[in-house]
Amino acid sequence: MRLWLRAVIVFAIVCTVAYWALTAPKLIDAAALPKHKPDLDNGRTMFYAGGCASCHAAPGAKGEEALKLVGGLALKSPFGTFYSPNISPSKTSGIGGWSTIDFVNAMARGVSPDEEHYYPAFPYVSYQRMRLTDLIDLKAFIDSLPAVESDVPKTELEFPFNIRRGVGLWKQLYMDDKEFVPDEAKSAQWNRGAYLVEGPGHCGACHTPRDALGGREPAHRFAGGPSPEGEGYVPNITPSKDGIGDWSEADIVYALKTGFTPEFDAMGGSMAAVQRNMAKLSDGDLNAIAHYLKSLLPLPNPPRPKPKPAT
Amino acid sequence: MLKLSRLCAVACALAIGGAGLVAIDGAGVQAADDPVKQRMELMKGVGDSTKLGGGMVRGQVPFDAKKAMEAMLVIAETPDKFVALFPEDSKTHPETEAAPAIWENWDDFKKRLNQFKVDAQGAAASAEKGLDAFREGFVKMAQNCKSCHEKYRIKKQ
Repeated sequence: MRLWLRAVIVFAIVCTVAYWALTAPKLIDAAALPKHKPDLDNGRTMFYAGGCASCHAAPGAKGEEALKLVGGLALKSPFGTFYSPNISPSKTSGIGGWSTIDFVNAMARGVSPDEEHYYPAFPYVSYQRMRLTDLIDLKAFIDSLPAVESDVPKTELEFPFNIRRGVGLWKQLYMDDKEFVPDEAKSAQWNRGAYLVEGPGHCGACHTPRDALGGREPAHRFAGGPSPEGEGYVPNITPSKDGIGDWSEADIVYALKTGFTPEFDAMGGSMAAVQRNMAKLSDGDLNAIAHYLKSLLPLPNPPRPKPKPAT
Repeated sequence: MLKLSRLCAVACALAIGGAGLVAIDGAGVQAADDPVKQRMELMKGVGDSTKLGGGMVRGQVPFDAKKAMEAMLVIAETPDKFVALFPEDSKTHPETEAAPAIWENWDDFKKRLNQFKVDAQGAAASAEKGLDAFREGFVKMAQNCKSCHEKYRIKKQ
């Protein structure tokens, strides 16, 4: 056989092996789970801080309806349209058959019980920061919610994004598999706020703009950007002039509790559902979130593309 | 020579006429801007009035029954003017924050605007009964803001 042909074949084999290795799902082992009796109250807090209902309950659902995690929300993105799954405890439509470690790996590693990658529309990049005990509590709380049947469209993206295995490469770039580590030099309140914002709150999933591969841009942390859900812009929540610089911590807490900014503009769009969840958190947690947000690096808005002219 | 000057005169007339047509067409585009700018102005007015009432409810500014009532009346007068500013051709204006969902759910949109009007009238009436009554009326009125914005506004700022 010709030398060059041999070289090409070896190269192809090496690439395939490397690809397979790099895209392998990384899992937390069940043995790593701490012995922990689930705390349903904390599970409830994590449920609201984590905003599960915003994507997994019916759009606009309030009160009791927001506890029926039927899925089906369409999330438009440059890669295609994602549909959130049913995550109620239903054994036929939802995650009723999942073990605790299944749930933990879904949330913290973005891997399904069948060891397939989830698309990062599911914000596991944030949830990877969550403590294992909080995840255990959250699963117990979700298990206590109504089991509801629903028929949800499957997420189908265009080639090459339909190759789920490829998400493993994306994770190599954008996941670090690290839990939140408190900053010893900061107050307990700051650390609580940082945990809630960086972990379950996944605020950056919308408020940090993304690059061409759909990963968050660290240089513009929390400075807002185009809405990941299609149209419009998500505001800058850093304490700059473009952001919430002239909001007090009390203003932030008021906004999360009532949906009103200091200018009495009413939050709408996707933030309405987020605010409904935030309003269920304790005053202590809301104050912590406000305190953390005010400590962020103040950033201007990232550059915006010009709006399209009227047709 | 005569032919050339006549040619020039005709050419000039065509150019001026053509420019005139373009100007009229430009004016046509301007007129379509109007409902969008007008409805944005109306919402800004609602925002200013809400801020005044909200400031009183939050205890940031002293309660003034007359000012509170007037602010709520400004809000109450808005829905009827607002609802008339959604022609079909105003959907794709680059600055509009009106979601396409408005035209797809026109009856629901109208219903919510009407509820908003009714609740603002209620808030205006509650002002003369003191701060506690006003707070109740204001909060009821304010529930309408988020419910509409959730479905029908696309934030662009």
